[in-house]
Amino acid sequence: MDAQDLRPILEAILFASDSSLTADELKDAFDGEISTAAVKAALSELEKEYESLGRGFALKEIAGGYQILTHERFSSHLKRFYQSREKKRLSPASLETLSVVAYKQPVTKADIEFVRGVNVDGPLRTLLEKNLIKIAGRKEVPGRPILYGTTKEFLAHFGLNSVKELPPLSEFSEKDIDQNLLPPQMRAVTQSEAVAEIEAETAELGSGIREEGLAEQNSKESLLSDKVETGEED
Amino acid sequence: MSDRTGMDYRIRLELFEGPLDLLLYLIKRDELNICDIPIMKITQQYLDYLNLMEDLNLDIAGDFLVMAATLMQIKSRMLLPPDPAGLETQEEDPRAELVRRLLEYKAFKEAAERFRELESKQSGVFGRFGSEPEYKDDDVSFGDVSLFDLLSAFAKVLKSINEDKPHEILKDEYTVADKIHDIVERLKSETTVKFSRLFRAAKNKLEAITTFLAILELIRLKKVLIVQDEQFGEIEISKNSNFVLED
Repeated sequence: MDAQDLRPILEAILFASDSSLTADELKDAFDGEISTAAVKAALSELEKEYESLGRGFALKEIAGGYQILTHERFSSHLKRFYQSREKKRLSPASLETLSVVAYKQPVTKADIEFVRGVNVDGPLRTLLEKNLIKIAGRKEVPGRPILYGTTKEFLAHFGLNSVKELPPLSEFSEKDIDQNLLPPQMRAVTQSEAVAEIEAETAELGSGIREEGLAEQNSKESLLSDKVETGEED
Repeated sequence: MSDRTGMDYRIRLELFEGPLDLLLYLIKRDELNICDIPIMKITQQYLDYLNLMEDLNLDIAGDFLVMAATLMQIKSRMLLPPDPAGLETQEEDPRAELVRRLLEYKAFKEAAERFRELESKQSGVFGRFGSEPEYKDDDVSFGDVSLFDLLSAFAKVLKSINEDKPHEILKDEYTVADKIHDIVERLKSETTVKFSRLFRAAKNKLEAITTFLAILELIRLKKVLIVQDEQFGEIEISKNSNFVLED
């Protein structure tokens, strides 16, 4: 392969793809000749090129991979033209339920219902059908209730690259209020307390979903560490 | 009062808004301090709404009743005189657990708002179309106007109705189905109508209730859209152009 062709080939693959692709996946097109790092570098150049040329599309990092998407500055035109393809808005109940899952994952139906104070069967069914949440295992407690987590489609729907991009929950809490009144996860805690809390939670999850738990633990940790920073600033 | 409507059926509304929603609604509306909730006042208002919903024969989730009991329990604990013996352990404010729950829920609600913004922004961005499955309709909701906004508006209407004649028990002059028909006809000519105007012709409370139930049913069937431009302001009802208005 001619070195010149790296970028156009990547461009062509992304052009044809209807979902985001990781650098690792893209690397497979080159039969071991090209490293992941080289792929990433080439993609970065493509991204800059589109931007500087003022193209109608952009190369975005979304849902953990790369995808060519229409440029957001032309949203109104695109919406008008592709009206029938527009994704339906989620209802407030679904959105709130999703919000709880996103921040507390993996989480059981009972825990979600405790937060919202109302039955969530409907929203859960909707979110599962739309593939915005998935079953992420079972909690290893009596009854072995199902645990829910978010999906790649969830990230795509909201234009996110990873769960880590979510602002910490503490950002949404009231400022200047009696710390003792705040629920545990919203109080400013020390780093070690936070880590201990996560370890206690993940210990419950059991072997079946230990891998999932670790992945979530990492994302939770970074959410919490962002939060801890905020707390210390207060 | 529950028999006054003379209806054979209850409006089956799966309320996706629960007791915490109602409490947050009351707190926001009356600008109460969530960290120092006036428990007497809020319990009374909460119960008023509960009574209104029961009078309307709405299928209320058990969670609402559990919360009613919780509020009354908190109220009575707050009325107890402080222990003269002076316990060493500081007993927690009886409202604390509830406040924690409300704060947590409120945080998630605001996070949901942020998601809404992200969703909106991303809805104008498209990638290559795959063979996307057709999404079925989302669960029933009132859009951005809450059930409690509707109930508040309706309570106002009820108050303003003067029943000059003592209650003449006529057989049902109007059923919910009739009222649905009336509203649909009206929306064919006027694209949008103010909520309060739909009740102008109501001669008595019974007619008003029937009209209100008709509105709820139309919302449930997604034949109408409701909008509230100002927080706690006038509600407007318009036909949902995605649906053909049939009888």
